[in-house]
Amino acid sequence: MKHFIAAALLVIVLTALGLFALERVDLLPVQASLQAVPIDDLFSLQFKIIAFLFALIVGIMIYSIIFFRRKKGDDSDAAHIEGSTRLEVFWTLVPLATVLYISYVGAQALGAVQREDPFPLQVDVIGSQWSWRFEYPEYDIISTELMLPVDKQALLRLSSTDVIHSFWIPEFRVKQDALPSGEEFVRELTITPTELGNYRVRCAELCGTLHYDMRAPVVVMTQADFDSWIEEQTAFEVTDPVQSGQILVEQFGCTACHSVDGTPGVGPTWQGLFGSQEELSDGTSVLVDAEYLYESIREPGAKITNGFQNIMPPEIGAGLSDEQVDDIIAYIESLQ
Amino acid sequence: MKITSIALVRGLIFQVIGTIFGMLLTMLLRLVMGLPAWKAEPALVVGAIFGVATFMYGTKVLDDWLKWVNGEETPEVEVEYQGPGGWRRLASLSFDHKVIGVQYGITSLIVFLLAGLFAMVFRTELATPGIQFLVPDVFNTLISLHGIVMIGSMLLGVAAMSNYLVPLMIGTNDMAFPRLNAFAFWLNVPAVILLVSVIFLGGMDAGWTGYPPLSANLGKIGFAMFFTAVYFIGLSSILGALNIITTTIRLRTKGMNYFRMPIFVWTALATALISLTATQLIGLSFQLVLFERLFGMGFFNPNLGGNVILFQHLFWFYSHPAVYVFILTGLGVISEILPVFSRKPLFGYKWVALSSLGIALVGFFVWAHHMFTSGMESYLRVPFMYSTLLVAVPTGIKFFSWMGTIWGGKLTFKTPMLFVLGAISIFLLGGLSGPPNGTVATDLFLHDTYWIVGHFHATMFGGFVFPFFAAIYYWFPKITGRMYNEKLGKLQFWLILPAFYVQSLGQMQVGLLGMRRRIADYDPTLGITLQQTLITIAGFVIGLSVIVFAINMIVSVRKGEIAVANPWRSRSLEFQLASPIPDHNYEEPPEVIGQPYDYGKQDAEYVDMHPSSQPAAAD
Repeated sequence: MKHFIAAALLVIVLTALGLFALERVDLLPVQASLQAVPIDDLFSLQFKIIAFLFALIVGIMIYSIIFFRRKKGDDSDAAHIEGSTRLEVFWTLVPLATVLYISYVGAQALGAVQREDPFPLQVDVIGSQWSWRFEYPEYDIISTELMLPVDKQALLRLSSTDVIHSFWIPEFRVKQDALPSGEEFVRELTITPTELGNYRVRCAELCGTLHYDMRAPVVVMTQADFDSWIEEQTAFEVTDPVQSGQILVEQFGCTACHSVDGTPGVGPTWQGLFGSQEELSDGTSVLVDAEYLYESIREPGAKITNGFQNIMPPEIGAGLSDEQVDDIIAYIESLQ
Repeated sequence: MKITSIALVRGLIFQVIGTIFGMLLTMLLRLVMGLPAWKAEPALVVGAIFGVATFMYGTKVLDDWLKWVNGEETPEVEVEYQGPGGWRRLASLSFDHKVIGVQYGITSLIVFLLAGLFAMVFRTELATPGIQFLVPDVFNTLISLHGIVMIGSMLLGVAAMSNYLVPLMIGTNDMAFPRLNAFAFWLNVPAVILLVSVIFLGGMDAGWTGYPPLSANLGKIGFAMFFTAVYFIGLSSILGALNIITTTIRLRTKGMNYFRMPIFVWTALATALISLTATQLIGLSFQLVLFERLFGMGFFNPNLGGNVILFQHLFWFYSHPAVYVFILTGLGVISEILPVFSRKPLFGYKWVALSSLGIALVGFFVWAHHMFTSGMESYLRVPFMYSTLLVAVPTGIKFFSWMGTIWGGKLTFKTPMLFVLGAISIFLLGGLSGPPNGTVATDLFLHDTYWIVGHFHATMFGGFVFPFFAAIYYWFPKITGRMYNEKLGKLQFWLILPAFYVQSLGQMQVGLLGMRRRIADYDPTLGITLQQTLITIAGFVIGLSVIVFAINMIVSVRKGEIAVANPWRSRSLEFQLASPIPDHNYEEPPEVIGQPYDYGKQDAEYVDMHPSSQPAAAD
């Protein structure tokens, strides 16, 4: 009996130490969305349970290691105890009840995370290797930064032009994969930012070479600032094809692979490309003119530049009109 | 003995020839079809498949079967061995389950070192932020291979332990199908070569999980080799499992009831049931992606009538239970060794035995917890959360029973015992970090972060790696007839245990702070640089501890102290035999007359080694 009391005391001390350590260590980023609240509450409950259970087993183990070691010269066996059905039933039923409770609480938290507001701000989020694009269908705006008004629920409709990506802003906690191949595979995620500030969306699903760098800025602003941003964007009209092309290549993520200053990348650089002779992977060479560039954007696999892989997704430019493609060609032509 | 009479050498030569033949055949077929002769991927895949087939032919493991096809009789499998010992014997064809077990074990360790080396390289890159020396493509290839090669290593390790131990522990002289056993082992050798060839064939960048559409990217031929290699390793796993199940059911010696079997046999059986029934699903899913690559069939491409999420269901239907293949075996080792060094019976033997089957069973209903953020049907998430957390119940039974075993025991702390105790504490950390991933709401945050990396490394180290080391030390005298060096064994333990805690807790913390998995570079503003450096240092200490282990093994095999038959005073059958165990395990079938773990009970015999010489019981 004295062993049980001493071991129980050890478990209590270890649990207290564990809880103290959890208090002192940085564990989660800033809590910046409404959805983060039930998630963090669940974390806090689980961390406490973990601290106790870890202390329970390790406590018993440490106690046994110290007090139940064999005495020198004692070669006899220990007491013959085969087990106890009552204890086994006890430590089957108590964990069972515990996991059912955690599952129940977990389901409640998931419900809270998924709660939808009646009039959210819709943003179409499109992932491409290796960039993000944000479209605001209500305002007909395309942006490379995710602008969100504070305390208003955003309904993100996620999709991808190539492989599977995953949308994640750690401060907002929730995460959802963005799937390729059309409307049927669009997935939704609701987020209600609660803290003004700058964040970053990061791709959380390995998506190829530059996965680590697939990030985009996120700004949470007041409703007034958001309104004026909308106004600014809608009033903004570009007539110069080169300038329009420059904006498009950023929005559609072209510059993730194609540099504009000669830096080597995953795809050929655009500097000095127009008008040059390019050697192709089949040994022939081709003059880079408007026709060639049009084909390369619409049908990326048609001709492959020597030394590069055929990895540009054909759907990446599906959202571009012919005029917009012409603007992009004009921009590439300007990069001499 | 000529070098070309060694199975490994012959197999390798045949593999090269077969690969070239397969490639030429592909080119010929393409010419007949009116296509340009050379296309790298189909040529390499067909070459690889032919290479594996000819490797197997070269080892002569098929010879008896081929004779049977021709109606020729062959003698019974010969176990008595006369040739040279040492590495030559291990590189030669053998049908002895003990030799095959050691062959599996050594292959497992070599592959383990290789996968560990990959980790060292990318951990060095991650020690500080910024891209230092590893370009992202190579980084992605290394993390992918680290994962799959480690999994290969663990499958080989599992096979090593079950092949070596199961026949000995149930009192028989070999496996039910010795030729199939050798076949299953040798299949791994060419498969591992294919797996490593991924590096030289453009790499792969989708992680070991190989999700399409990324893995269907035709730019990287490495994927094709990866899928082909895993397919063969999976085939080996299925055949090995079949053998273990048959052996356990059919070849138990007299008196060896199911509830008198050592716990390790129970876990080997549960493990084999998983391997036999689930491995097909990863084979199928990888085969389908391979067909997608080679023939343009769109199984997972919605534009061609497929479904991108379907792959993940098929993949995880195997790959989750596969985790239990590793850990159940490891937990079996823990349950086996703990009573010996506690001098007390295993607490609640039947509960521990059946909990393995419980884990195996529940393990089949939890796969979709890897997919909470995947975009699968949303309503599936809550039921899979309940089933996932249920795994905690049978796992809990094991933990509490182990505590019941050591409580009030007379513990000694030889190296195997240290590793077992370390395994329990680390597996505990791994197990307890599971429920936050299992509950959907928190997993929406944790999925694909370093928390997951920390979690599964803890389950794999606690559930498999530590027990595997414990097993090697514990059965070393039975395998080699010599003792390992106790000082070096303890040194390895005291290096690896704290280093692993630093690594695993560090990984969990940086994950919580927002670091994603599988990234070649991280954002220093997350405030995780110090932790990253510590994780890398800890990783190197683990590497150092493995070197200490390797030195211990290599030196002790030759110069270790001669071992007595039963250095641990174990009750188990294999320890009643001489060290090393004779070629024909048992001179006559032993008879089991008691319980395996009755330590501390007067005159409680477990086994009668010579039942025929006993005088008949008086009437």
